[in-house]
Amino acid sequence: MLQVLYIFIPMLAAILVPFLYKSIKNIHTGWFVLAVPATLVIIYASYIAKVAKGEVFQAELPWIPSLDISVVSYLDGLSLLFSLLITGIGSLVVLYSIFYLDKHKEKLHNFYVYLLLFMSAMLGVVQSDHLITLYFFWELTSISSFLLIGYWYTRDASRFGALKSMMITVGGGLMMLGGFILLSIMGGTYSIRELIVIAPDLVGHPLFTWSLVLLLLGAFTKSAQFPFYIWLPDAMEAPTPVSAYLHSATMVKAGLYLVARFTPIFAVSELWVWLVTGVGLLTLFWGSFFALKQTDLKGILAFSTVSQLGLIMSLLGGGAVAFHVNGAADLVFKFAAFAAIFHLINHATFKGSLFMIAGIIDHETGTRDIRKLGGLMSIMPLSFTVAAIGSFSMAGLPPFNGFLSKEMFLSAMLALNEFELFGFDTWGALFPIVAWIASIFTFIYSFYFVFRTFAGQYKPEQFPRKPHEAPIGMLISPMILAAFVVIIFFIPNLIGDTFVKPAVQAIQPFLYDSPSAIDIHVSAWHGLQPELFMTIGIVIIGVLLFVALPKWQGLYNLFPRSLTFNNAYDKIMQGLDVGLYRISRLYMTGSMRHYLLYMFSGIVAIVLGTLFVKDAFSISFEGAAPIRSYQIILIIVLVIGTATTILAKSRLTAIIGLGSVGYTVALFFVIFNAPDLALTQLVIETISVALFLLAFYHLPKLGKREERMRFQLNRAIISIAVGVMVTLIALSAHSQKLIPSISKYYKETVYSLAGGGNIVNVILVDYRGFDTLFEITVLSIAGMAILAMIKLRMNRKEKAHENK
Amino acid sequence: MEIIMAFVIGFLFMAAVYLILSKSLLRIIIGTGLLSHGAHLLILTMGGLGGEAPPVLTEGAKTFADPLPQALILTAIVISFGVTAFFLVLAYRSYQELETDDISLMRGSDEDE
Repeated sequence: MLQVLYIFIPMLAAILVPFLYKSIKNIHTGWFVLAVPATLVIIYASYIAKVAKGEVFQAELPWIPSLDISVVSYLDGLSLLFSLLITGIGSLVVLYSIFYLDKHKEKLHNFYVYLLLFMSAMLGVVQSDHLITLYFFWELTSISSFLLIGYWYTRDASRFGALKSMMITVGGGLMMLGGFILLSIMGGTYSIRELIVIAPDLVGHPLFTWSLVLLLLGAFTKSAQFPFYIWLPDAMEAPTPVSAYLHSATMVKAGLYLVARFTPIFAVSELWVWLVTGVGLLTLFWGSFFALKQTDLKGILAFSTVSQLGLIMSLLGGGAVAFHVNGAADLVFKFAAFAAIFHLINHATFKGSLFMIAGIIDHETGTRDIRKLGGLMSIMPLSFTVAAIGSFSMAGLPPFNGFLSKEMFLSAMLALNEFELFGFDTWGALFPIVAWIASIFTFIYSFYFVFRTFAGQYKPEQFPRKPHEAPIGMLISPMILAAFVVIIFFIPNLIGDTFVKPAVQAIQPFLYDSPSAIDIHVSAWHGLQPELFMTIGIVIIGVLLFVALPKWQGLYNLFPRSLTFNNAYDKIMQGLDVGLYRISRLYMTGSMRHYLLYMFSGIVAIVLGTLFVKDAFSISFEGAAPIRSYQIILIIVLVIGTATTILAKSRLTAIIGLGSVGYTVALFFVIFNAPDLALTQLVIETISVALFLLAFYHLPKLGKREERMRFQLNRAIISIAVGVMVTLIALSAHSQKLIPSISKYYKETVYSLAGGGNIVNVILVDYRGFDTLFEITVLSIAGMAILAMIKLRMNRKEKAHENK
Repeated sequence: MEIIMAFVIGFLFMAAVYLILSKSLLRIIIGTGLLSHGAHLLILTMGGLGGEAPPVLTEGAKTFADPLPQALILTAIVISFGVTAFFLVLAYRSYQELETDDISLMRGSDEDE
């Protein structure tokens, strides 16, 4: 119960933010907000020791019990690791944002409300054990991401980027929901843990492949995998703290989380292994290759994030292979899942710090364009140090944590093609090659990022502002992260035992009973293994290519713009926009009469359709009242009056026609034994005609206006159809009495209950007294509205008069 | 009698819809007036037109008309009057403001397009 509440703490805190912002202007709102993630880090840290031993914690809060939907917080190694990342990086990002966002110029209350909303949503994603609530939180992260990217909503690029990320991630989320629903249909439960238990029974189900593909679509869109990655570079329009937090450390890893979490269910499928590994590797290569084309610092980091996410994704795919191998726990490639989680932690540290440095450079120099930057090393030595640590780690150099996980990645990829499984022995040979080439590009862009910015020629005239070192408060967060980058290199096994192994056990429960059963020891020195030679090769070729970069970077411009995925996205969105607009223009003409035509046609179609389906057409003369000659005369008068209103060319004739119809109806009431109605009708009709005549005085003449033939035809057809429909209803109602009349009750009780003789009157004032009360209310409202409308005109006229 | 009335009511409805679909405000209002007359007669007819006396308890009770439709119609007459009056003033006002009574010209502002 309390554990579930932790998820919602940021959301609840968000309620207070606007008040704090409004009432306390002197202190940056971020300081108050900082308390939230900091507290949560401490809370979640208290779970570490127990979870590392293999314990799990579960708490449940019913949400919609009738639909079996509840918020379940399930903390195992994987969930706890993510929760700590979310709150830990969250604290650093909030701290950083205090110095990044000016308290006087920025709308801080918006920013922090969105950020806290995201924090809750993300905690919900990684802790939910219930598929529906998982989906709910998933979409909430998309929405808060949308709001944060569009934070500077006056910029076109921000709005475009926000919408693009929303379209792609929410679209993927809907696919994922489909996958979830199929899973729950197959398994008969919404609980992920229960699904994992019965996973072996699901494999043969015809829906299994569908749910797999749909779920992966959700994961791939969220984690910016090929070809859905296009939203991530545009999301860089967000303030840098947001990019560091959502778009590198946490939200984009939700897709990885999803894949990791569902590995125990889907690992059995060959398709899963190929898709996750293949798409991951392709993304790794694609992202690293195109990172070098970017000129925006954050653009480079965005593509590098895409690429690194692909790397982790491919490792998760490799981890799923273990399901198919006997004794996988003893084999060399057991590294895959371990490396995935390990690299996920490492990536969060070095990429977080790099994003913050990019923000600092933007903040202090006024530009993020790498072509203008250069030579900042002596001006911003601290920033340079942090950036160098982050970049070298990303490039996979010792003594930084990236080196360790990159080595493990290469080992895993080398090991994969040794299995004679799923054709890995043939196509699998590509895996280490692609991984190696991508690593070279990773190396180059890491150097590109750090040396183009800090080394080279200093061009002060290019900067909008005079550059100087960032304030220390802004540097604290990236420095802490950079410190982790180095520390983790020296204590990898402590991190491995505490965080990685419990998470790996959640991904591969089929291999290990407890985290301590995982027999992996991370070391920087493996001896003269192929991985080492690969790394040396990467460094040598990487340095050579980096030095030669200016000579071949122009090659990127040879790629035609029209063939990119961005272009495809733009075209699709444009096509949808224009197409849908045209479709709605077809019927949304803005003309009242067209809408009325639709409505009347709809009514006719529905009523006639119902009559037809129920086979209710019938005509019976039984019980009909006799026809008398004077009634025929009245009918003739009525028909003539009605026809007059249609055919009349002058207003007066039409009004008189209507009046004659009204009086004839009153006469009908007389002959059909309804004296009260007749009286009322006479009075009302008299007033109505008087009113009409009054209005007639003010309204223009009825002109013979040009009408289009087609509309005239439609109009005639619809009118006749309505007439026929009403006649049929009247006939059917007369001919078949399905239920006995309830009037008998009134007849019997009118005297004993209400003490009256005139049944109609008693019904109105007694049985249905409220009805009459409301009727009076409606009349008074109409009266007041009429008065108001006339008054309005008077005022206007008076004003116009004054102006003269 | 009910059978004939069914056709008369159908005719009333047809005329009403035809008028409502016209361009002129006054015709539209006349159409709504006809529509309510038609509806009142429809309710009355559906309840049956038999009965030899008004629905008032008297000595020597005979069969009398169904009181329930009459009660409904009584309410409806008053309401339809309110609506007609409102429409008339609305038409009058919009003619004053917009200087046209042609609803095909009343399409909101150009900015909506």
